[in-house]
Amino acid sequence: MNLAITKHYYGDYGDKEQAANSNDSPKSEARSVDLPPPGESKGAEWPLWEVFIRSKQGLDHKHVGSLHAADAQMAIENARDVYTRRQEGVSIWVVESKHIHASNPDEAESFYEPANDKVYRHPTFYDLPDEVKHM
Amino acid sequence: MNTKLFLYTLHLADNALILAQRNAEWTGHGPVLEQDIAITNISLDLLGQARNFYQYAASLYNGFSDEEKEVVDRYVPRLWKEYNRELQEDDLAFLRDEHQYLNLLITELPKGDWAQSVLRQYFFSAFQVELYQQVQQSELVQLSAIAEKAIKEVQYHLRWSGEWVIRLGDGTEESHSRMVNALGELWMYTGEMFEAAPYELVDVASLKEQWLAKVEKVLREASLEHSKQTWMQNGGKRGRHTEHLGYLLAEMQYLQRAYPNATW
Repeated sequence: MNLAITKHYYGDYGDKEQAANSNDSPKSEARSVDLPPPGESKGAEWPLWEVFIRSKQGLDHKHVGSLHAADAQMAIENARDVYTRRQEGVSIWVVESKHIHASNPDEAESFYEPANDKVYRHPTFYDLPDEVKHM
Repeated sequence: MNTKLFLYTLHLADNALILAQRNAEWTGHGPVLEQDIAITNISLDLLGQARNFYQYAASLYNGFSDEEKEVVDRYVPRLWKEYNRELQEDDLAFLRDEHQYLNLLITELPKGDWAQSVLRQYFFSAFQVELYQQVQQSELVQLSAIAEKAIKEVQYHLRWSGEWVIRLGDGTEESHSRMVNALGELWMYTGEMFEAAPYELVDVASLKEQWLAKVEKVLREASLEHSKQTWMQNGGKRGRHTEHLGYLLAEMQYLQRAYPNATW
């Protein structure tokens, strides 16, 4: 028999529909499971965003991590809540991860190793006058 | 005046505490990790406001004359009276009985689904912004200072919840229908915000127009319409609550009642 009763339990968080749909399993059992039904992991549908935070005025934005969000606006708000809770920032940039192009790790040898023996590229062969600070 | 101020401070504190407790039920159950953190942040903001208000209320009470204490006696926790020490914030938060709470009914309703939680947060934050602005401009020095600090948090709650209302209302068929349901559940609890209680020190009725204008604008953008019914629930401000508050308090107060004066 199909009973349509809406009963509010303490701590309900909208899983009633799931319980109602799975008629073959006892309701009490369906209620105790907190996982979303298979194939319906809601977060997975939202694109990934990379987050950059400027910790104070004058400094550059630094990459701090990534998160999921439906759009740029939500990404900025999520970043505010996830990454600036402990006064980490004064400015946030977000970029959808798919727009980031990365170098290929397989090419690391040809990319980076040639620089190893070219010490003369470092500005260590100059005598700095004492008056110059912050170098 | 002092006793009114005490009750009014309790009312402000209870609103913040009860909604904080409700939103905290999402901790670990949010629809996605980022929103789980977002609503938990809001919950913590509200808890911080509640603490400020309770501390002030406790200090007011401790400074009362015997006559003043007599006037507010029925709002003071019974269990605390056996402790033989000054009243503290935790006594007010964790030892009062259901009918001694003066929060709005809308704050104690079950959290429902995500639509219901964000819509309730939106209605409440829209009200709180207006209310705290009034409190801030009032001559109630201590309350004004608390409101000034809290208002920045509340403005963010309003923005966050407002965007969710629009996103869901103007989203998919399912999200829209969930918002319609939430609106049906919650609308009749919005009227109480603007019905003045005897102890209220801010003219809440005068806030209704701005609140309604703001809310209707967002609802329009969300392709939603509130019901035209004018009958509204009330009672929370006078200690008459829905059946949901008792369950909430049972969970929230369990520890302080089982282990009196526990700290950690």
